[in-house]
Amino acid sequence: MEQQNESGTFGMWVFLVTEIMFFGAIFAAYAIYRSMYLPAFEFGSRLLDIKLGATNTAVLIGSSLTMVLAVHAAQTGKRKALVFYLLLTMLLGAAFLGIKSYEYFHKWEHFLVPGLRFAPAEVLPAGVTVQNLQLFFCFYFFMTALHALHMIIGFGIMTVLVVMSWRGRFSPEYYAPIEVSGLYWHFVDIVWIFLFPLLYLIGGRY
Amino acid sequence: MSQHIVSVRSYVIVFLALLGLTALTVGVAFVDLGQLNTVIALAIATVKMLLVMLIFMHVKYSSRLTKLSILAAFFWLALLLTFTMSDYFTRHWTPSPSDWGPSISQPAPREK
Repeated sequence: MEQQNESGTFGMWVFLVTEIMFFGAIFAAYAIYRSMYLPAFEFGSRLLDIKLGATNTAVLIGSSLTMVLAVHAAQTGKRKALVFYLLLTMLLGAAFLGIKSYEYFHKWEHFLVPGLRFAPAEVLPAGVTVQNLQLFFCFYFFMTALHALHMIIGFGIMTVLVVMSWRGRFSPEYYAPIEVSGLYWHFVDIVWIFLFPLLYLIGGRY
Repeated sequence: MSQHIVSVRSYVIVFLALLGLTALTVGVAFVDLGQLNTVIALAIATVKMLLVMLIFMHVKYSSRLTKLSILAAFFWLALLLTFTMSDYFTRHWTPSPSDWGPSISQPAPREK
């Protein structure tokens, strides 16, 4: 049993390693273009809503807490607490996606969606062209949407786990699906932990 | 997955530390520190990542095999970033050969 648990965790980590490389390449591309068009990327960063971004960071950290509490409940064999914390994790995940959608909607209203609706009303500072600003928002939408897609997949996994937990499929001896899904959920949290400063914070807001 | 059970108390402490670091990184973003702003933001993010990985993801209590595969991931990520950056960030160090103009043609084929 110990060996089975071990291989399950190891397998999940190998998958997460591929995910680290996947997101790592996008972060590298972001770093290069940011250094090439620094004024545009900093200006674009200042157009993002830092309050919503920070709230979303807190919400996602909260969902990571409820996820580990779910793992804890599974380890100690508390079925109702397990279902409760899984549902709470889903609720916080939904809150994150809700706030994210509101931000997207806000960008749409302010003509900041590259390709579809891009005509910023703001006066562009020296050294910032519309094209370069559009490039920043391309990165913004691609990175956050890819992250949101991971959240939605996590949401689906959580739904399955809630049903399984409710039916009493887990015990302190067997809760590997909870543990490895937790690993995935925390990984998505870590991606956001880096997206938040890279997109929202390092734009020279002083 | 070792059957190590982390106490609820340490989970809550990590959670509070993560919230505190988030507040700190947002606060620092409004202070002009020049180049250091980016460095500090990324350093705080790295500390947050380590907290999540070690405690929430139980890496601290994981087997050496798991730890090694995670280290390998970061090693390859470091390679990816280092070699890409060392190309892009040094391109302007040497003058562009375009100034040589069309007078220099392709080198003559080597005689055998």
